[in-house]
Amino acid sequence: MRQPYGPRILPSDITPESLFLDRRRLIALGLAGAALGATGAARLAAAADAPAPAPATGAAAARYKVARNPKFSVMETPNTYEEITSYNNFYEFGTDKGDPAVNARGFKPTPWSVTVDGEAEVKGTYTLEDLLKPLAFEERVYRMRCVEAWSMVIPWVGFPLADLISRFKPTSKAKYVAFTTLNDAKQMPGQRDRVLDWPYIEGLRMDEAMHPLTLLATGVYGRVLPNQNGAPLRLVVPWKYGFKGIKSIVRISFTEQQPRTSWSGAAPREYGFYANVNPAVDHPRWSQASERHIGGGSLFAKRQPTLPFNGYAADVADLYKDMDLRRYF
Amino acid sequence: MNVEQRYRYVYKPVVFIAALVPAALLAGGAFGVGPRHLGADPERAILHSCGITALNLLLLTLLVTPLRQITGNPHLQRLRRMLGLFAFFYALLHFVVYAWLDQGLDLAAIGKDIVKRPYITIGMAALLLLLPLAVTSTNRMMRRLKSRWQLLHRLVYVIAILGVWHFWWQVKKDVREPLLYVAMLAVLLGWRLLRGPVRRALTSKSGSATAPGRT
Repeated sequence: MRQPYGPRILPSDITPESLFLDRRRLIALGLAGAALGATGAARLAAAADAPAPAPATGAAAARYKVARNPKFSVMETPNTYEEITSYNNFYEFGTDKGDPAVNARGFKPTPWSVTVDGEAEVKGTYTLEDLLKPLAFEERVYRMRCVEAWSMVIPWVGFPLADLISRFKPTSKAKYVAFTTLNDAKQMPGQRDRVLDWPYIEGLRMDEAMHPLTLLATGVYGRVLPNQNGAPLRLVVPWKYGFKGIKSIVRISFTEQQPRTSWSGAAPREYGFYANVNPAVDHPRWSQASERHIGGGSLFAKRQPTLPFNGYAADVADLYKDMDLRRYF
Repeated sequence: MNVEQRYRYVYKPVVFIAALVPAALLAGGAFGVGPRHLGADPERAILHSCGITALNLLLLTLLVTPLRQITGNPHLQRLRRMLGLFAFFYALLHFVVYAWLDQGLDLAAIGKDIVKRPYITIGMAALLLLLPLAVTSTNRMMRRLKSRWQLLHRLVYVIAILGVWHFWWQVKKDVREPLLYVAMLAVLLGWRLLRGPVRRALTSKSGSATAPGRT
């Protein structure tokens, strides 16, 4: 079996559970443990190992309670559910990091349909259920590096994008995959302001899209993806800056030409199409050499060095071996 | 109470306490007390809050003169020094938070950042320019510098421009908030530039005996 992805860390570096389990949950677990007696205590220990929030209920929710795939998971401690769901860049719901959690409350991720079109043999519009039915979900703990020089570690639930793409049989003309976010200012109040050209568009080169690390996420922390994190379907490309991870996807198009993506179109000097995490290529206005890791409970947390390809260089550097990464940033 | 006493015992203490409220809320938030929640990224929240408060106080300082001219109340001037000093206080706090919480007091990294990042260079310049104004804000310095004091303190216009510029340059895309500050600053500086000429134009139109061609 291969080594887990990402940098190796010592067990002693891992944040103690007590720091990221909130007190209320510890008390609840403690009560549950007391009620269940000796087996309860064992369960308590097991529960404390998996830092998931209060369990979701219902048959649909059960689908998200999946095993972690260690092959594609880093060993670092994930951020808390609270941090992951309250600190979001999702301009469709406002430009402040706290806006999406508030403004996405009225958003309806069901029913949902996704259109697949472009250079592929199979095309059409599908309900999300039909699209997801044949796919096996798994949990992957990925590092997330924002272009704004902060980072998190997130336990996504999802499936490899490649598993979805192969069903649509893209033709030899399909060189890129473009994704589009829902365009509906009624549900996404941030779209009333022309901060970006709506709808949000992102894209990948075909080999990037087919890479086993590239994930479509439908959940986080063993739960259905919250609206502010891009429900019901979002992209996760852990070796690229976070803005590549397009949220609330309604269209997947196979194209021959490189798509014009939102951020690289809005400010081509500052954001490239590739947007690979690269400590050697600074943003024109700030350094990308280091990052602040969100959370940990301390105001005095030290910056950590940013790793080439966000720590996934061994797995993805080959995709770019003949490219000048300063030019194609 | 006469005017002197009202300013001394009521207005000034009120402004003093009001100006401390943002710092108190941030300190409370950092320790988990009070209404201010700093969120998942408390460092960024504190950094941004100190910067914005410094800018707000700087603009308030610049508002004193127009308000005095509009209301005809010369006593408003008594509040200006305190507002200016608090602007300096929050700007300094903003820098300390950046140097300590953001950069971990890594002096080499800070130095590199200041030289390399134009928006940090500009912010740093604004802070350094505020320093002589804070130092010379005492009555004694005012007396000592005489007419040069006024000249020196005109630096505040440059500082305000640098401060708003610093804000503008560090946002990713959504410039609506910085734009608001540009607009407010434009009004405050525009008032100073246009007040004289406009008044002269008005008085000469109404046929009073202003000498033509005076600038």
